[in-house]
Amino acid sequence: MDDKADVWQGTLALMVLKTLETLGPLHGYGIARRIEQTSGNLLSLNYGTLYPALLKLEQEGAIASAWGVSENNRKAKFYRLTRAGRKQLDRAASDWQQTTAILARFLSPSEDAV
Amino acid sequence: MKLRAWLSRLAGMLPGARRERERELAAEIDSHLQMHIDDNLRCGMTPEQARREAILQLGGVEATKEAYRDRSTIPFLEHLVQDFRFAIRQLRKSPGFTCTAVLVLALGMSASVAIFAFVDAALIQPLPYRDQSRLVAVSETAPDYPRALLSYADFADWKRLNHVFKSIDAYALNGGFTLSTRSGAEQAAGTRVSAGFFRTLGVSPLLGRDFYPGEDSPAAPQTVLISYAAWQRRFGGTDDVLGKTVTLNGSPHVIIGVLPRDFHFAPYGGAEFWSTLRSSDSCEQSRGCRNVFTVARLSDGISIQAASAGMQVAARQLQREYPESNRDLAANVESLRDIVVGDVRPILLVMLSSACLLLLIACVNLTTLLLARSDSRRREIALRGALGASSSRLFHQFATEGLVLAVAAGSLSLVFAEWGMRLLVSIVPEDKLESMPWLRGLGLDYRLVAFACGISLVAGAIFAVIPFLRVSAPDLADGLRAGTRGSSGTMWQRVGAKLVVVQVALAMVLMVSSGLLGRSLYLLLHVDTGMQPDHLASAQVDWLPDRYSTDEQRVRLERRTLKEIAALPGVRSVAVSLTHPVGSDWGTTGFHIVGRTDQGEQHEVISRQVSPAYFKTLEARLIRGRYFRESEDASKPPVIIVNRTLASRYFAGEDPIGKQICYAWSPRIPRQIVGVVEDIKEGSLENANWPAVYAPFDQNPAGMLTVLVRTSMAEEAVLPQVAATIHHIDRDLSVHDESTMTDRINGAPATLLHRSSAWVMGTFAGIAFVLGIVGLYGVVAYSVSQRTREIGVRIALGAEPRSVYRLILTEAARVVGVGTVLGAAGALGAARLIRGLLFGVSPWDGPTLAMAITVLGLAAGVASFIPARRAASIDPVEALRAE
Repeated sequence: MDDKADVWQGTLALMVLKTLETLGPLHGYGIARRIEQTSGNLLSLNYGTLYPALLKLEQEGAIASAWGVSENNRKAKFYRLTRAGRKQLDRAASDWQQTTAILARFLSPSEDAV
Repeated sequence: MKLRAWLSRLAGMLPGARRERERELAAEIDSHLQMHIDDNLRCGMTPEQARREAILQLGGVEATKEAYRDRSTIPFLEHLVQDFRFAIRQLRKSPGFTCTAVLVLALGMSASVAIFAFVDAALIQPLPYRDQSRLVAVSETAPDYPRALLSYADFADWKRLNHVFKSIDAYALNGGFTLSTRSGAEQAAGTRVSAGFFRTLGVSPLLGRDFYPGEDSPAAPQTVLISYAAWQRRFGGTDDVLGKTVTLNGSPHVIIGVLPRDFHFAPYGGAEFWSTLRSSDSCEQSRGCRNVFTVARLSDGISIQAASAGMQVAARQLQREYPESNRDLAANVESLRDIVVGDVRPILLVMLSSACLLLLIACVNLTTLLLARSDSRRREIALRGALGASSSRLFHQFATEGLVLAVAAGSLSLVFAEWGMRLLVSIVPEDKLESMPWLRGLGLDYRLVAFACGISLVAGAIFAVIPFLRVSAPDLADGLRAGTRGSSGTMWQRVGAKLVVVQVALAMVLMVSSGLLGRSLYLLLHVDTGMQPDHLASAQVDWLPDRYSTDEQRVRLERRTLKEIAALPGVRSVAVSLTHPVGSDWGTTGFHIVGRTDQGEQHEVISRQVSPAYFKTLEARLIRGRYFRESEDASKPPVIIVNRTLASRYFAGEDPIGKQICYAWSPRIPRQIVGVVEDIKEGSLENANWPAVYAPFDQNPAGMLTVLVRTSMAEEAVLPQVAATIHHIDRDLSVHDESTMTDRINGAPATLLHRSSAWVMGTFAGIAFVLGIVGLYGVVAYSVSQRTREIGVRIALGAEPRSVYRLILTEAARVVGVGTVLGAAGALGAARLIRGLLFGVSPWDGPTLAMAITVLGLAAGVASFIPARRAASIDPVEALRAE
């Protein structure tokens, strides 16, 4: 548990959006599990922190929610990506890729390095 | 995106949304846990283990809900709303305290707001002229006249010689115009100005055109600009007024324009007609005839001081060129606002300072109330602190409470201030309002509301900080222990007593100041006018310049007027003079004494042409010699009567009777002094008596006259008959300024200023007095309630009621004593500041001081006796058991 990285500020929203894009409408618990699994269990996610983040995205109009029934016949609140959310995801993802690419070039000395 | 989120969070604060959200969140977390537990069970955990693990992974149900709540609303705002609700609840729980606090503060604030409204209207709001700060008034100064008229010739030379003004223009001192109407002659307010007058002020007509340069030359046709009010009243506000002709002083004038509605020029507040000065008029041609004042616009980069220096150079040049007429004449340059606002400035500033003192008293008073309250809330606050309320949260709650009080009081004070303003304006008679045109700007404007908000915030801050300091962190724990008794009371007593000292001292300052102003008003109203003011009425009569131009015609008019008015019922005696007594300081002449060496010296004295019955009608007092005889007309040797001031100033140690004097104007006929009368107030009420000479009207018929009537019935009732009689004699005579002498004294500008300042200060002092006494009562009563146990013990141990009285009264006496001494010292200082507003009373007036101390002492005695009696009647058994 101690070796796991904390979720970085701001990245949780991106992970939520990406999860919803990949899997379609999903409830909070599902999103939490998916993020954990995708990270290869390297991330320590306090499931509770997910709900304020979901609320924030919903207030911003990136996602919408509705009550439905889960695969195990449990009543659950399902979140889905809105069009605005898809745009936000695209923008955030490309920003993030750019950032990581730059950092990668800094951190891995290559043949180009002067 | 951001905005949408904030809006949705704001919406989240609505009570309905909150309930819905809580339910939904609970359901969502519940379903989350269920799904997680299902998964955990599938992984082979026991039910307890599965549940525990799920909750752990969630990070706690309550913590999640808390984080969710913070996100769904705006916590800062939500706390604010909570604090606000809490404050309202707290204040509603003690309505007595709340009402007192709001009322006390509103009283204090409304005084400041109302007075600030006047300051704003008089001193801050711009005058209705373009770039008004660059406008100055220029007058001449003579040795006895700091602000003297100048001659048209001097004005023309100033215009030519000065290098400090962009432009300088003149307006005449003029009693108005005789306007010919279909129903006879009528007096209309107005004056003559030089052609550039309105350009210098930067005022353009609303309709028509301004005077063109040179329109004041003798050759130009006579034209006139009319005021907006005259346009509406006399011409029905129609556009075809331009080009119409009005007959002013007997000559036709073409109307060329209408002045803007907001235009005013205080020296001629109600002026309806503005026509041009004519250098061809007789007075304008003589350098010795002074009849204009000037306004000027400073050149760029020239200060008032620089302009004044520049003008002295010009004045000195005129002194050298015209030693006859311009001896000792210098120039006086001052801001135009000083002329417009006049004598009101020092009074307003004194009133504003007093209002601020009153506000200070109200704040101090309220602080004692709040301290007493916070003392009784120590336990509650300590408990809330112990339950985890952070220090900053507690402070916010105090601040909100203070702010709620201050804002409530502030809003109420605007209402009070509005009443106060109306009341103050209603002291000023209708006809005097025109000479205070700046009062038109009075009312609730944004500056006033900003001012009220400002003082509300300051007051709110004081109320927030002070009680909080008293119950801040260190003694939170103490508060729980101390509870209902113990040391808390003594601390409060110390602070409370000091605050009462401040209140008593400030109340004392206001009481003494208002006492001085009240005495000034009384002395002014009872100043010796040298006549019997009741049952005396007067009216001014004017005629067109081309009528009654010979002495014989004027004498005939005077005699007929006297005869016909004397025949009216209720008239005991009638006389004429040049103008009203208790009037203005104009109508002066130079003279010299025959046989004295100082031939060239010009003594400026008041001169009046009167009919023989003048002194009898006024019931003046003859000191020596005799009055004029009916028979003394132009055929008899010229005679004059002088007043006591002239006799003692110029004939000290001599008998003036039989001496001869000449007026400064030609022909220099020697006139023999036949009598000396006690000083009559010919000029303004508050000025010292000025030397005066009286000549028989029949020997020097003046170009105007004022009829004075002594009546046996109510004097107001005679005035219409006087006017009717004069119109009957000649319908082209205009009658105006009809007034009773009592009204003239009560309505004199000096009386008005004194009356309003005395009333305002009196009101302030009254409020301050009540607040101070209530504050004292509060402190003593609270101290008694805090010391019930101690006093009970004393009585149980055999203390006499007398010694209990002494205990309480000594404490009160010390507070009041210190407050009174400090207050007396402050009052002496304040009295020096208001010295300029006093009339006939010295700033160190013993009786006023003694009176204030007596009133304050007596009231303080009563205020502390009531709680002292309660203390003396404490039942020791009850007192000891109660705890």
